Amino acid sequence: MHPRNRGKLKNPSGTGMVGNPICGDIMKIYIKVKEKNGKEILDDIKFETLGCASAIATSSMVTELAKGKTLAEAKKISKKDVADALEGLPPIKMHCSNLAEEALRDAIKDYESRSKK
Amino acid sequence: MKRIYLDYAATTPVDKEVLKEMLPYFSIKFGNAASLHSFGIEANKGVEKARSILAKYFNAQPEEIVFTSGATESNNLSLKGVVKQHQLKNKEKVHIITTAFEHHCVLDASKSLERFGLAEVTYILPDKDGIINVKDIEKAIKPNTLLISVMYVNNEIGTVQPIKEIGKMIKELNKKRETKIVFHTDATQAVNYFDCDVNELNVDLMSMSAHKIYGPKGVGALYVRKGTPIIRVQDGGDQENRRRAGTHNVTGIVGLGKAIEVLAKKKKKDSARIQKLRDILIKKVLKEVPNSRLNGSLTKRSPNNANFSFKGIEGESLLMMLDNMGVACSTGSACSSQSLEPSHVILSLGLKHEDAHSSLRMTLGKYTKKEEITFAVRALKETIKRLRGVSGDVLSDYYSKK
Repeated sequence: MHPRNRGKLKNPSGTGMVGNPICGDIMKIYIKVKEKNGKEILDDIKFETLGCASAIATSSMVTELAKGKTLAEAKKISKKDVADALEGLPPIKMHCSNLAEEALRDAIKDYESRSKK
Repeated sequence: MKRIYLDYAATTPVDKEVLKEMLPYFSIKFGNAASLHSFGIEANKGVEKARSILAKYFNAQPEEIVFTSGATESNNLSLKGVVKQHQLKNKEKVHIITTAFEHHCVLDASKSLERFGLAEVTYILPDKDGIINVKDIEKAIKPNTLLISVMYVNNEIGTVQPIKEIGKMIKELNKKRETKIVFHTDATQAVNYFDCDVNELNVDLMSMSAHKIYGPKGVGALYVRKGTPIIRVQDGGDQENRRRAGTHNVTGIVGLGKAIEVLAKKKKKDSARIQKLRDILIKKVLKEVPNSRLNGSLTKRSPNNANFSFKGIEGESLLMMLDNMGVACSTGSACSSQSLEPSHVILSLGLKHEDAHSSLRMTLGKYTKKEEITFAVRALKETIKRLRGVSGDVLSDYYSKK
């Protein structure tokens, strides 16, 4: 298992973390936002996940889907997109795709609140 | 790919001799053991031979052995059968004492009795080493305590409970009690390695399963001490002295008998060899995998059990990656259970949720070889390194954020 985009970013533009030790899944997403052609682009994105295989797969997939997109496009990425890109998840694992979507949105929110300052 | 089985506590392969003993009863001596003709008689002979073997092994009388479909049924029969029998004479709620880390079938049977208003149950917590304190059981006893159920060996962490001492304590107390307390133990994980003489243990009821001792699945037994007030839970025919209705699983019962016979011969030798391998496993893992811990007492432990927690790891992904490398184990992680709840056993030790989620159970058996342990440790190290590469510092980040 070698999920893509695993790791940290030095000086990330934003980070998002979801989950908790009680439920057993924790995901952290780091994003680097750069301006290209007047638009804000998710130039680089990395994730760290403590969780089951589905949690790792969904967090990796959400970073794959988001990389290189505009912020506006990235915000629209849904848990369904993640599950579909993985060609489906077992019903009991669907909640993992929730977490992935949340983690990404959290990271983007973090960037936006930082840049407002 | 070579596969390495390290989940003997989940189930075991049927021993060659056991299979050989069972085969004629499928299609040659196939009769219903309750039939009066020659076909029934020869099938019945197989059943009674197995019964004698079990009685001898457990130091009981043949009529005190009841064949069931396995320990789950035996446990249900123990709890519900004793309560139901009592209810025939006395409609008041009874009190049951059991432990917080029993197997789910004992816990669920207890909860079911609570839900139906038949019993109030006290669940005793083990100490941090996974051992139940006799004094804690004694302190919980009330005038209306009817049944005490404590597992002999915990199935997840392998820790050994003081059954003999609890039994002795109950026996003494019963001398002065009008309503005698019935003492039950689930010995499923103990039969392979520990003394199960019912008089040494002072038990009234004892459950076991064939498929944990190199016998077939779908059959087990319940020892019922003569005079124990218990009523059957499965109604129907008069089999098993009206203790448990249903056509005998003749092949299974014959297999169970043979499994006990084989066990009696090889128990000591196998136990010693398995313990040695298991100790090597534990030593290597604790030494070579950073941030690892053993769950439960090292000394008061079943010779075949190792249960670890690894920081920064989740059990289901660990299990899947090990399985990809051919190594089969089990975990206490929520992600791997249908209910999404983490191991109640690990939590009962006072450990945190992440310890339950990161737990790995490796259980050895009589076919385990040294090379398999060596390979398994290597696979474990590699897998943990990779998974920690994925989880990074999220756990410590989570705590520092709070």
